[in-house]
Amino acid sequence: MNGVHDMGGMHGFGPIVREVNEPLFHADWEARLWAIDRIVLQQGYFTIDAHRYGIERMEPAHYLRASYYERWLASFEYNLIHEGILTDDELRARIEFLRRHPDSATRQDAIPAPPAPREHPQSPPPAPRFAVGDSVVARNIHPVGHTRLPRYARGKHGTIHRLHGSHIFPDTNAHGLGENPQPLYIVRFEARELWGDSAGPREAVYLDLWDSYLEPARS
Amino acid sequence: MPYDPEQEPYVALRTKALESLLIEKGLLSAEAVDERISEYERDIGPLKGARVVARAWVEPDFKARLLQHGAAIAELGLTGGDNLVVVENTPDEHHLVVCTLCSCYPWMVLGLPPTWYKSFAYRSRAVIEPRAVLHEFGLDLDEGVAVHVHDSSAEVRYMVLPERPPGTEELTEVELAALVTRDAMIGVAKVAGPVHQGVAPV
Repeated sequence: MNGVHDMGGMHGFGPIVREVNEPLFHADWEARLWAIDRIVLQQGYFTIDAHRYGIERMEPAHYLRASYYERWLASFEYNLIHEGILTDDELRARIEFLRRHPDSATRQDAIPAPPAPREHPQSPPPAPRFAVGDSVVARNIHPVGHTRLPRYARGKHGTIHRLHGSHIFPDTNAHGLGENPQPLYIVRFEARELWGDSAGPREAVYLDLWDSYLEPARS
Repeated sequence: MPYDPEQEPYVALRTKALESLLIEKGLLSAEAVDERISEYERDIGPLKGARVVARAWVEPDFKARLLQHGAAIAELGLTGGDNLVVVENTPDEHHLVVCTLCSCYPWMVLGLPPTWYKSFAYRSRAVIEPRAVLHEFGLDLDEGVAVHVHDSSAEVRYMVLPERPPGTEELTEVELAALVTRDAMIGVAKVAGPVHQGVAPV
């Protein structure tokens, strides 16, 4: 989706602010959320691609206002509700309960088995259409769902720099539509192709792009 | 975006509610969460990457295997290298790593990223004005040096193999590893040589 998360090349965010002696986490809740998220992802309740999409679909002004781990939290809540693991009402009620009873202990009732992996008919990954050195164009596509083709590269010419085997296709996997692995390439784009003459002549950007994001360049 | 402590109470409460519900539903236990956190605090961090860099500096054959395939980090007992690509900085070529779409980062060698790496400023600017970004980090490259920016848009992760600083010929692998900084392995800094007269690097 053409979301605010797709930030490459945007202006106006100011200088890069660095924190001296930064701790691993800035608050206990960040550490707990990070660990809970890792555990639930590993168990396969939802995918890393769904996790990323859950962040991208945040309302843009909220995305920009939220701290990094608040964005994780928003996605985590969305995905758990979307997968039917908990309901919105249940979550609101628990927040309200813990607000009133901050020291209450949690009961552990049952231990359900982790979900079986979703079965999708999978065809074998297609063979790579491109070889190192081939000229390609990143397709000018604007899918409304998850994609990992940044806006700044769409319609731009590049060169296949390296092949990287077959990788799960995030555009379908994020939406529970199957892994559909495809060949992945490291594609080199000259900075002047992306940004025009103001870019330096000896600069390049490399992106990891799936086969179906690319077309052969017409010579 | 800088951390805003005023946001904490409500997000902390929401996190607590999630943890409580997930424990109740049997998806996790509080102990498993504690364990995961302490495991990360104990085991992971840029030290792993620094060991990889030092080994590459002293063993040319290892360096060749590492640049061919990041899986070579297994030779140091490190896991997760299957999707790791290591790129080498030289006097003529400078590599820089970013994730413009989210915050992809080579956890297997560098641990969790610093906040600036995840900031909107770094994500937006590194691809369009890398030399200006490097200048902010105090690194001014000659115009003749090529700049290669790696935008981590898939599950491939990038680590920079920085240049070995001059004056380190006598150092051991362990001493060399102590010189290597996280920022140098992201590509926003060079590795400085050893500090003399007993002054520790900061």
